[in-house]
Amino acid sequence: MGNKTLDKASKGKFLKINSLPKGIHRIQLLRFGITEGDIVFCLERLPGGTVVIKKNRQEIAIGFDIAKNISCSYHS
Amino acid sequence: MNNQAATEPVQELKQTGNNPPGKKLKIVLVGNPNVGKSLFFNQLSGGYVDVSNFPGTTVSVTKGNYRNYEVFDTPGIYGVSSFNDEERVARDIILEADIILNIVNSLYLERDLFLTQQLIDMGKKVTICLNFSDEVKRRNLKIDYQKLSDFFGVEVIPFSAVSGNGFNRLDFAIENAREGKRLYDISRIKNKTVYSSIPDAELIMIAEGDDIISERYGLPVAGFDERELIYIERRNAVNELVSNAEYEDSSSGRFFNLLGRLSIDPKYGIFVLLGVLTLMYFFIGDLVAQRLVGFTEGEIGNRLFEYNLKLYVGEFTPVDVTAELMNVEDEVTESRNFNFPAGIDKNSDAYVEMNQFIDGKNYALSFHYPNWFYKLLFGEFGVISMTITYLLFLLFPLVIAFYFAMAFLEDSGYLPRLATMMDRSLNKLGLNGKAIIPIILGFGCVTMATITTRILGNEREKTIATAILQFVIPCSAQLAVITVLMASAGFVPLMIYSFVILTVLITLSTILNKFLQGSYSPLLLDLPMMQFPKFNNLMKKTYYRTLGFMKEAAVWFFVGALIVGLFDITGLLKIFQDMLAPVTVHWLKLPKEAATAFVMGIVRRDFGTAGLFEMSLAPMQITVAIITITLFVPCIASLMVMLNERGLKTGMMIWAATWIVAFAIGGIVAQIIV
Ligand SMILES: Nc1nc2c(ncn2[C@@H]2O[C@H](COP(=O)(O)OP(=O)(O)OP(=O)(O)O)[C@@H](O)[C@H]2O)c(=O)[nH]1
Ligand SMILES: [Mg+2]
Repeated sequence: MGNKTLDKASKGKFLKINSLPKGIHRIQLLRFGITEGDIVFCLERLPGGTVVIKKNRQEIAIGFDIAKNISCSYHS
Repeated sequence: MNNQAATEPVQELKQTGNNPPGKKLKIVLVGNPNVGKSLFFNQLSGGYVDVSNFPGTTVSVTKGNYRNYEVFDTPGIYGVSSFNDEERVARDIILEADIILNIVNSLYLERDLFLTQQLIDMGKKVTICLNFSDEVKRRNLKIDYQKLSDFFGVEVIPFSAVSGNGFNRLDFAIENAREGKRLYDISRIKNKTVYSSIPDAELIMIAEGDDIISERYGLPVAGFDERELIYIERRNAVNELVSNAEYEDSSSGRFFNLLGRLSIDPKYGIFVLLGVLTLMYFFIGDLVAQRLVGFTEGEIGNRLFEYNLKLYVGEFTPVDVTAELMNVEDEVTESRNFNFPAGIDKNSDAYVEMNQFIDGKNYALSFHYPNWFYKLLFGEFGVISMTITYLLFLLFPLVIAFYFAMAFLEDSGYLPRLATMMDRSLNKLGLNGKAIIPIILGFGCVTMATITTRILGNEREKTIATAILQFVIPCSAQLAVITVLMASAGFVPLMIYSFVILTVLITLSTILNKFLQGSYSPLLLDLPMMQFPKFNNLMKKTYYRTLGFMKEAAVWFFVGALIVGLFDITGLLKIFQDMLAPVTVHWLKLPKEAATAFVMGIVRRDFGTAGLFEMSLAPMQITVAIITITLFVPCIASLMVMLNERGLKTGMMIWAATWIVAFAIGGIVAQIIV
């Protein structure tokens, strides 16, 4: 399925993370446990593009400016 | 400014137990944010540091004692490096550590063990404490401890800082801390002569591209960076380990899970927020501020305590008593003076007459002592009478209620979710959602909240958030008095007050957002589980905060009352009130006595606000007075903290601006509504 950026992902869908942004945010996401190739669940997408994803038990809120630089695709 | 947090002195808890002299080994508690380090520390050291359910509760290092060891609680970090204040603070104490107790949240192994592997790669002596074992049990989660222990080559011990499980093996955990199996082969670079004299721990940080450590060893900044490589390798190893060592639980669809979901939902989130605010209002605004304080302040404070105190004092010194009778609306209907030039004699005619006058009526008595010394101690601003009434009967119940409500919020896990929901709105003010955390904490104590601005991403955000705190956020004690005053003023004044304060907040941050260089940092926040707050923790936190408040406030209230009292006796207060009359009377349209409240407000805002309490003001005057005093200078304690955190220049600018804005806005509102 087509690539999209995380800020546009739909709530309630499983997503495959295709690429992470470079720099400090990449480091932080890696530390949180998010890597390229991971399957995560889109728990919420707020107006404006703040997204909450879930991996295992962990819920992470990601602001629009980071989300728009994460590319992902739906996974079923 | 950036490094300041790292160099500040470590707070020290009171010594408990006997410790023989000699160099003590340092145990450092290290872990990701919100994994229970502070609760663990409290259990272990018998001390108290704040425990809350959001990442970033602890922002500085606290030292305690356990047996022959020094124990340190540290801010939570996701990795050892120098990216932000918390990391810089934690980094230095980790480098000094003899033993590291790595606190891990068993429910988030994948996230947490990343840091674990880094600590082990640094060559530190580590024991892994798998906290939250109570939750593991409750959820039927299976963790293969042996596998984890084999992989890392160190002890892995389940704990629960809440139930106390595992603490009987604490000594074992400490004594058996050892170096584990490193993932990153440091010998490869150790051979190079420039690196040969650098300790392993520092060397691995340099290899990960930590500029500050590089600089310390005189190496070029960014001379060497394998961070990406090391991180990916570490991440993959940990992911694989966890997928083999943990077996999925039954996903429990609990009520709090649902509440957590709803609170970040675009449609229902606002209802959760309104629900929280309504509950707070009924608990604090209605139950405590009106009913309870009405009783403690009115009945116990005025009727019982002050009346008997002043009556008793009146037996020893000349006194004039004014008795006022009031109708059901608390309007004065009749007033009479009774003079006791030789002190109150309970058999005198005047005394009997006075009692007949007030008997069975709704009355208020005021005592005036001609003697200056008695006046200073027991008069209108009596150092003893006023301080005790304000502190014990007015503020004490309110502050307890506030701290309790705050502790409830902090421990529920709601705050990070509110941060998520508010993220985009706060972006417009130059902040990210996380800023809501210090701002909400500000309603508890502005001083504490100013320190918590450290969790924000950059200097600019910290400045904006600090300005908001110092300008518009009333702290619990002040808010408490405001609630009581507002309750008597009515609904419209409350709306005007909220509208004005909100307008100032938005204008202020919009202006700062425009004029400060840079922009907000994007939100990246891990959300803790929602939970019903732990009763024990609620009680403890409320107790310690209330105690802290009372101790500090008592001193300042005494000092403040003494100053105002001396001003009053020497006649300076009158002169001062006359001098300020153009501002108070013409500009703010308040009685000139209100100037006293502002003088008191410089010492502490809550003290100043309490000063308004004694004045009889019309509802719109109350509104103006409260707006002015809310925007007015922060208390001395929070000024000090602000200067320390933000530096002299920024701090003083904010401080000076609060003066101008307070009187400007207060006056404009007065001209319109009074
Ligand atoms: N169920 C359970 N809750 C725990 C346990 N340990 C801590 N908590 C809760 O986890 C939350 C975080 O505890 P803290 O001690 O503040 O965590 P911290 O690691 O010091 O957090 P930071 O200072 O933000 O890094 C609080 O709500 C605690 O009550 C535990 O073993 N079991
Ligand atoms: Mg802590």
